[in-house]
Amino acid sequence: MLGDYSLTDLSSIFVMQGFAGLILFSVYTLMALGLAIIFGQMGVINMAHGEFMILGAYMTYLCSGFFQTHLPALFPAYFFVAMALAFLASGALGMLVEWALIRHLYKRPLDTLLATWGLSLILQQAYRTIFGPREVGVELPAWLIGSVQVTDTIEIPINGMFVMAVTLLITAGVALLMYRSRFGAQVRAVVQNRPMAGAVGIDTEKVDRLTFGLGCGIAGIAGSAFTMVGSTGPTSGQLYIVDTFLIVVFGGAASLLGTIASAFSISQTQSTLEFFLSGSTAKVITLLSVVGILMLRPQGLFTLKVRR
Amino acid sequence: MTRSPASNVHDNPFMKPMEWISLALLAAVIFLVLPMLLDAFRLNLVGKYLTYSFVALGLVICWGFGGILSLGQGVFFGLGGYLMAMYLKLEASSIENTKIQSTPGIPDFMDWNQITALPWFWKPFTSLPFTILAVLVVPALFAFVIGTAMFRRRVGGTYFAIITQAIAAILTILIVGQQGYTGGINGITDLRTLHGWDIRTDSAHNILYFVNGGLLVACILFAQYVKRSKLGRILLAMRDKEDRVRFSGYQVASFKTFAFCLAAVFAAIGGAMFTLQVGFMSPSFVGIVPSIEMVIYAAVGGRLSLFGAVWGTLLVNWAKTTFSESFPELWLFGLGALFIAVVLAFPNGLAGIYRTYVEPRLTRRVKALEPAPAVALPHAAE
Amino acid sequence: MNAAILPSHLIGADPAEKNFLLAVEGLTVSFDGFKAVNDVSFYVDPNEIRVIIGPNGAGKTTVLDLICGRTKASSGSIKYKGQELTKLSESAIVLAGVGRKFQTPSIYDDLTVFENLEISYPRGRSVLGALTFKRDAQVRDRIEEVASMIFLKDQLLERAEFLSHGQKQWLEIGMLLIQDPELLMLDEPVAGMSVGERIKTAELLNEIIKGRSVLVIEHDMKFVEDIAHRVTVLHQGKVLSEGSMERVKNDPKVIEVYLGH
Repeated sequence: MLGDYSLTDLSSIFVMQGFAGLILFSVYTLMALGLAIIFGQMGVINMAHGEFMILGAYMTYLCSGFFQTHLPALFPAYFFVAMALAFLASGALGMLVEWALIRHLYKRPLDTLLATWGLSLILQQAYRTIFGPREVGVELPAWLIGSVQVTDTIEIPINGMFVMAVTLLITAGVALLMYRSRFGAQVRAVVQNRPMAGAVGIDTEKVDRLTFGLGCGIAGIAGSAFTMVGSTGPTSGQLYIVDTFLIVVFGGAASLLGTIASAFSISQTQSTLEFFLSGSTAKVITLLSVVGILMLRPQGLFTLKVRR
Repeated sequence: MTRSPASNVHDNPFMKPMEWISLALLAAVIFLVLPMLLDAFRLNLVGKYLTYSFVALGLVICWGFGGILSLGQGVFFGLGGYLMAMYLKLEASSIENTKIQSTPGIPDFMDWNQITALPWFWKPFTSLPFTILAVLVVPALFAFVIGTAMFRRRVGGTYFAIITQAIAAILTILIVGQQGYTGGINGITDLRTLHGWDIRTDSAHNILYFVNGGLLVACILFAQYVKRSKLGRILLAMRDKEDRVRFSGYQVASFKTFAFCLAAVFAAIGGAMFTLQVGFMSPSFVGIVPSIEMVIYAAVGGRLSLFGAVWGTLLVNWAKTTFSESFPELWLFGLGALFIAVVLAFPNGLAGIYRTYVEPRLTRRVKALEPAPAVALPHAAE
Repeated sequence: MNAAILPSHLIGADPAEKNFLLAVEGLTVSFDGFKAVNDVSFYVDPNEIRVIIGPNGAGKTTVLDLICGRTKASSGSIKYKGQELTKLSESAIVLAGVGRKFQTPSIYDDLTVFENLEISYPRGRSVLGALTFKRDAQVRDRIEEVASMIFLKDQLLERAEFLSHGQKQWLEIGMLLIQDPELLMLDEPVAGMSVGERIKTAELLNEIIKGRSVLVIEHDMKFVEDIAHRVTVLHQGKVLSEGSMERVKNDPKVIEVYLGH
């Protein structure tokens, strides 16, 4: 199948598909970052993670509508407000859920899975009731529309670059927060030895709530970014949850670097394959290879070896 | 316990009196009460629900006892269903039934997708014995491969759940994508006869309902055999202290694989019976959503109770039908709340509620009425 | 007390010349560069009670983990009756005759005492064997016999969850007894026990060691002195000293580690 294309065609295809893959990579990375914090650090399987993302997407949708009708002058900047709002809304909902549901289930990880699945059904129906069953899209400000012509055959969309930049910033922020800040140290302390962390004066309940909220908040930002590449419906989040879990597991659940590397390899594989094969075959091959590798190397790509 | 000789205390009867009563009750409801009360359409609907309870039954063994949560049981339900549907579809696609097609004698969806010859993996499904064998063996083999690969490498708990879920997603995408070989999103439809016997009539539905019920009771009895064997206790022990079992000389991976395979075979039997009674099979029974929904049947019934699994399935589906007929909006809220409530408040489901609230009173009453055991104990089949 | 019959000159002898039950040589394991066990060698005779002592983090539990296959060695060999254990699976090591008790009582909370013991009964260990396992008179008698040895005869029908901490420890020892290993490894068998329970446990251990070798990790020096034939002292993953309790107690290196700075 490669023989039908000339070398320059091929390189353009790889660059263009590579870039399309980068946008997918951005959404995956943001989704997976949140999940890596919640699943990797706290051991909670949050099946409603996709719905937290979609909450962020709906927030962005609401914002775009609000700025269009009430503050048209500020419309070009609405996206920044929307991202902040998405983070806050998803984060706040996350903290509420942690308080009402998750904290009772820390010792039963498989049960968090069922409970959060129930939560995801409720959220989906709530979105359907509030926003209607049809998918909605957002209006992009003018400066995000269009693309940069790099060569004759290669052009790169501006919104894609914007999403990438946001992803990089947030990834850097999360890395700083988890590995350089006092909060990050507390999170890791609680994860590694809960009773001891409590004994040295860390408010473990508060750390749990903030960690869960942070993970959900990042999912909200992922939702914001998601509006640029797809339209938002009540069940859009569910389509991403399996992929996201695979990314986190594939990367080695406790490693942020692994999460990013695995989001990158999975999105690039899928995006490149998609050009040559049908979308569904590309997806099947990508998922199958991930599952296959995980069966051979269940600990994921990046893990520490410690005494069990 | 008034029976004094020490050896009797450690007897391990096939079923305790209460379990015999539960079985009798379930059998009475399936074989007498429901057929008398319900019209043909509703009875067929109950038959459909009962096919799901095979899956729930397998989950009790695999998840409740073994602690292995599979979120991909739809895969095995679907495999059983599809394998049966392949046979039925070939029988429905005889040359004279399909003479208007450009290639007569092959299933209609293949013809629509410009396939001109029956693919090799469809060919053996002209034989009913082969099909029945395949329904039992293919899912077991598939589960064996997955189970061996994962459990040997000590993958368990949440990882196993996520990977089985991914497998369910992959199989769904594959079935939907390969329309020409699988019927795509619509599934395999328009099934007519089983070895010449028309399965679409009310009387056929009726007979299939009883066959289904019989198979379910047989599966319950087999599950009960596993549960009361030492293997059943090893599963419980493993769920609790896996290392202790390992260092008592057991190959933990083989036991987990066995539980997973058994659950797969149960699910596949359910799937095959589903196809026979409902008359089609589609990818909407394979994916993540149905797979997780089937877990909730077992959870509502009580993850440790074989009979609970059946009652839980019937109850949830009855609620689903009732609610989604009258308040479709509310159903998802209700189902979601059910998930949360079962996990938070009733982790042992209906069986747990029964055991804490009903059974103590019941036994007190039975004991008050007469000193001897209330039910003549049938001899344990050892 | 029995240290006299095991002359200390054997320690340096060529291991090939003697029939050791367990020969550990050059055993090393590293976790991300950290050598938790570093070039450890020791030899256990048939019917010997060997106690491993050492400060926290000395690698005692890791040594047991390595012998029973729970952790894989980075290098070195573990020979049990001449058979190399480092390449065997955990269950194969058990079948070869090595039994192990964990530090915290590791029993099955949801099962009765009887069922706990039954699972360790050395029959029906394959899937098919477990499915067709029959609880016959032989099994019952053996379980009742062991139950009375471990002081739990009256608790056979009780769920293990409701036993006291000491009873749980005994139950686990009982589970090992039923397994009838030739080499029994016990990780802190009297930790957390009352004085009364401790005395009973010492009695129990003296009873069950007949006809087998025992490798014990213990902190309680009084208890060690009561039961040990020989003592191996580990420190920072290495063997610091070895010999009779008397000898080890007077070894300046040991005194420094335990009492020093």
